[in-house]
Amino acid sequence: MQPGEQRDEVEMLSLMLLIRRFEERASQQYQAQKIGGFCHLYIGQEAVVAGAVAAVRDDDYIITAYRDHAHALARGTSANACIAELFGKETGCSRGLGGSMHFFDRKNHMYGGHAIVGAHVPLAVGMAFATKYRAEDRVTLCFFGDGAINQGAFHEALNLAALFKLPIVFICENNLFAMGTSVKRSTSLKQIVDRAEGYDIPGEIVDGMNFREVRDKIAEIVDSIRKEPHPAFLEVRTYRYRGHSMSDPASYRTKEELEKYRLDDPITRLRAQLTREGKLTNEQFDMLDKSAKETVLAAVKFAEKSPEPPLDKLYDYTYADGAIAAAVPPAGSDESAADTTATAGKRR
Amino acid sequence: MREITYRQALNEALAEELERDPNVFLMGEEVAEYQGAYKVSHGLLQRFGPRRIIDTPISENGFAGLGVGAAMVGLRPIIEFMTFSFSLVAFDQVVNNAPNMFTMSGGQFNIPITFRGPNGPAHQLGATHSHATENFYASVPGLKVCTPATPRDAKGLLKTAVRDDNPVLVLEAELLYSSKGMVEPPDEELLIPLGKADVKREGGDVSIICYAQTVPLALKVASQLEEEDISAEVVDLRSIKPLDEKAIFDSVEKTHRVVIVEQDHPFCGVGAEVCYRIQKNIFDALDAPVLRVSQEDVPMPYNERLEKAVLPNADKIMAAVKKVCYA
Repeated sequence: MQPGEQRDEVEMLSLMLLIRRFEERASQQYQAQKIGGFCHLYIGQEAVVAGAVAAVRDDDYIITAYRDHAHALARGTSANACIAELFGKETGCSRGLGGSMHFFDRKNHMYGGHAIVGAHVPLAVGMAFATKYRAEDRVTLCFFGDGAINQGAFHEALNLAALFKLPIVFICENNLFAMGTSVKRSTSLKQIVDRAEGYDIPGEIVDGMNFREVRDKIAEIVDSIRKEPHPAFLEVRTYRYRGHSMSDPASYRTKEELEKYRLDDPITRLRAQLTREGKLTNEQFDMLDKSAKETVLAAVKFAEKSPEPPLDKLYDYTYADGAIAAAVPPAGSDESAADTTATAGKRR
Repeated sequence: MREITYRQALNEALAEELERDPNVFLMGEEVAEYQGAYKVSHGLLQRFGPRRIIDTPISENGFAGLGVGAAMVGLRPIIEFMTFSFSLVAFDQVVNNAPNMFTMSGGQFNIPITFRGPNGPAHQLGATHSHATENFYASVPGLKVCTPATPRDAKGLLKTAVRDDNPVLVLEAELLYSSKGMVEPPDEELLIPLGKADVKREGGDVSIICYAQTVPLALKVASQLEEEDISAEVVDLRSIKPLDEKAIFDSVEKTHRVVIVEQDHPFCGVGAEVCYRIQKNIFDALDAPVLRVSQEDVPMPYNERLEKAVLPNADKIMAAVKKVCYA
């Protein structure tokens, strides 16, 4: 996207639908035990990342925490590569080595996928540092949840960003719960955005269920950062419909609370806005939805057919120069694949 | 060749790499205006300016992570820890982010970062400031760890570390900053590969395998042993990871007796790994059990007499050598 150009809203609605259908399918495939480990779904929060990518250039940096499927999709990573990653396949966006929490896509400027709460916030500051070091006009968008704001790494990172006047937007996706602990029980402040004030970083609150509001606010902030590099903080108030992860039934909140947010659904809202303005018909919406479902189903088929990462490449992704220097055999356990190259390629 | 200090050697390495590659920058506490807590970065701010020599607040996790993020997008940061004891505050960045990124991203993001600073017990700094961190970090896949003991090795290894495409820890020897040694003149490029040990003294009766602050100690003991007609070979590992197995095995096959002198703790220490590899690969070359001299397995006491008792020393090494030589 070129500066000043607006992304087509129907296209962004289509992205939000893709994210939702993707996550629903991920949930189903998780239950079918096709996906291992942890799996955190983004359902309910779609307007946040969609609004953000609609407001920035394709070469701006994006980095997030472990609820990251949507951020990769929003950046243009294919549903194929995303489902394949969930399945641990070599065709995955991280070659099946990262998993649900570690989606990476260098080509599309998606810098992860980071699973230690708050630990990627300093990384984002480093990316913004590099931008300023090279006198580029790129902006870094750093997403994190409300749980991250009580981590030391978060505080150190905000201070550094303010001190060095770095071009970065800290985007707190406040979905009200850090795993099962509500913000009220985790955070001494009445509102999260006040954290920014402690570092002399301008902060604002935006309704995360409203695509247009998120997009416009981030566009305004990014515009100001491109003119003169500085950090900014945005508290985006949103809600996740599902539990923290697939293993969480979310019994710490009421059905009524969930229903209240569902009525304010970000997809329904943008659809209504577009329909009211004559930019979208019901038939068109149904087509978009059908297409999203088909894309995801095709991705599942693609992932099923994809090969697993080969066993004989186990040591290829530990050091950038291939296996550890030739002088030293890796410290594999005595019966590992490393010591027994004859078994390489076979499943043990 | 000319004689310079370990500190000057590191300073030259930094200056040369900053000069060579505009993507290299140095960041840490007191590295710029204060000229370095141990004066390793002396004069660099004046020469390279505040864009590339950057003071930070006391936020090890923050600036170590900043370095990792900058490395993700193509810079080559040198992150100074005022001591590696403080790197523990940044453990998550050094252990979780720097070395895992290449794997987790399926090879999309390598992290060409150098973490450097003094490591190992100094003198009466107490338990929190005396950590020898080499065995923690060497146990992490994806990290490389080197431990120079001489000015020449310090310069050559640091320069190599900066050019390496992976996270490398250069664990400098705090007690050796002022020690002197012969180093090639500045106009001669000095690169010492990671993973190559160096025989600091040849001998035929026993191999003393050591690194960092234990190297001068081992050399001193080797001289004393000469008077007793025991010829000790001193093998300086220089890199803990990658480990130069060949140099170790070559020496042990010659001497058949081994004492490993390490500056870390005995439990899961560097010596345990070296010993395991020797017995696994060249069991028949051994004429005696491998012995280790390390710190005692206690947090470092402040009291000077007790501190001395905790550290490896010449008497302990001597005793171990005599045991393996049945002398």
